[in-house]
Amino acid sequence: MAEKSSKIVLDPLFNKNPIALQVLGICSALAVTTKLETVFVMAAAVTAVLCVSNTVISLIRNFIPSSIRIIVQMTVIASLVIIVDMALKAYAYDISKQLSIFVGLIITNCIIMGRAEAFAMSNPPGPSFLDGLGNGLGYSVILVVVGVFRELLGSGRLFGHVILPLSTEGGWYVSNGLMLLPPSAFFIIGLYIWALRTWKKDQLEED
Amino acid sequence: MANDTVIKTLVVAGILSVVCSALVSSSAVLLRPLQETNKDLDRKKNILQAAGTYDPDQPIEDQFSNFEIKVVDLATGKFRDDIDASTFDQRKAAKSQDQGIAVPKKDDIAGLKRRSRYALIYLANDGGQLDQLILPVHGKGLWSTLYGYLALDKDLSTINGFAFYQHGETPGLGGEVDNPRWKQQWVGKKAFDDQGNFKIEVLKGKTNPSSPDIDYQVDGLSGATITTRGVDSLLGYWLGNEGFGTFLTYLKSNQGGTPDG
Repeated sequence: MAEKSSKIVLDPLFNKNPIALQVLGICSALAVTTKLETVFVMAAAVTAVLCVSNTVISLIRNFIPSSIRIIVQMTVIASLVIIVDMALKAYAYDISKQLSIFVGLIITNCIIMGRAEAFAMSNPPGPSFLDGLGNGLGYSVILVVVGVFRELLGSGRLFGHVILPLSTEGGWYVSNGLMLLPPSAFFIIGLYIWALRTWKKDQLEED
Repeated sequence: MANDTVIKTLVVAGILSVVCSALVSSSAVLLRPLQETNKDLDRKKNILQAAGTYDPDQPIEDQFSNFEIKVVDLATGKFRDDIDASTFDQRKAAKSQDQGIAVPKKDDIAGLKRRSRYALIYLANDGGQLDQLILPVHGKGLWSTLYGYLALDKDLSTINGFAFYQHGETPGLGGEVDNPRWKQQWVGKKAFDDQGNFKIEVLKGKTNPSSPDIDYQVDGLSGATITTRGVDSLLGYWLGNEGFGTFLTYLKSNQGGTPDG
């Protein structure tokens, strides 16, 4: 059992990463990754919502009529996201201002509904919680990787600390403006998937 | 299990809705006061930042204590002490029948459609003398309405600071109105020429440092023509006669004292 639990948590990090393998939840990975600070808050928010929604849906899975199961999942997820959004506004106002609409858009993050439908509907609460945690962390790993590249190359900083002094501020580094725009996340995620599939050949798709 | 009967479906849907709505509404009620405080502090922080006196190590309330808040009637340029400044909400007023007016299309360069007849302004006093005047401004950019504060020095023309506190422009392009370096350019620029005509403009592109008008010009934002134009027009509107023009003239003619009425 212990081995199985750790597999549920660790598998989504690299072996079954929701973004890299299943290519879910790309939208927010593009939008919030210009700065590591927002990346961490977003990753924590998604992981929290994912853990709780998986647990709740797993708890009530035997009572959900299959004709309205998607709506039930959406209702649970939407309520959780609204609560997270309000909590951020109350306790981390500056960051919630930067994340703006993207917290609300966690509702539409495919990973959350994907895990509810694929795992929580057919597994007990314990493993479902771990599955949520694992997938949340898997999502976070990609966000952090993308965020590191974008903040470092785009604005010469990490966590707001200057690493590469910008030429516009008297340093030597000419910033790459593309990194500040959403398409750059596509390139980084693409390169990441390439690297990952070179490392783990079994993730290659057959032609 | 017979989960798919009509009755059961309705019961599950009903219970779920009640539980979820109870959770959402109770957290809304519980967190509201904290959110309101945050919003209020954020507004004050923005005013302090526009004024250029913000110090992150000091409590915001303390720093804000030497600001005086007043309601100005934009048409007459006089203070309206009968309106309570602490509860006056300019955005609500713009929508209301008696406190708001429609902006005529030909004057509406900032894309406002409606505005409040009154505006909240902030006076920083130094020993009874006006030291700084902070005016709220807003206007349309590309995607959103930009809301900001403009801080004028005691000559009522030199800009001490200009910052937006709310907008929804594209991050990295129009969103660069938040860039500290761009905001820094405004400091020391003059809004009006020596004859008192509105003159400051945001160029499309870079300013030329040797231009005779350099005191009245600010770099545009690259890749954000429409946001740049929006910033330019909203200043034109709010510093013109439709906006705070009358009030500024009145204030100038009463330098030394504060206008009442």
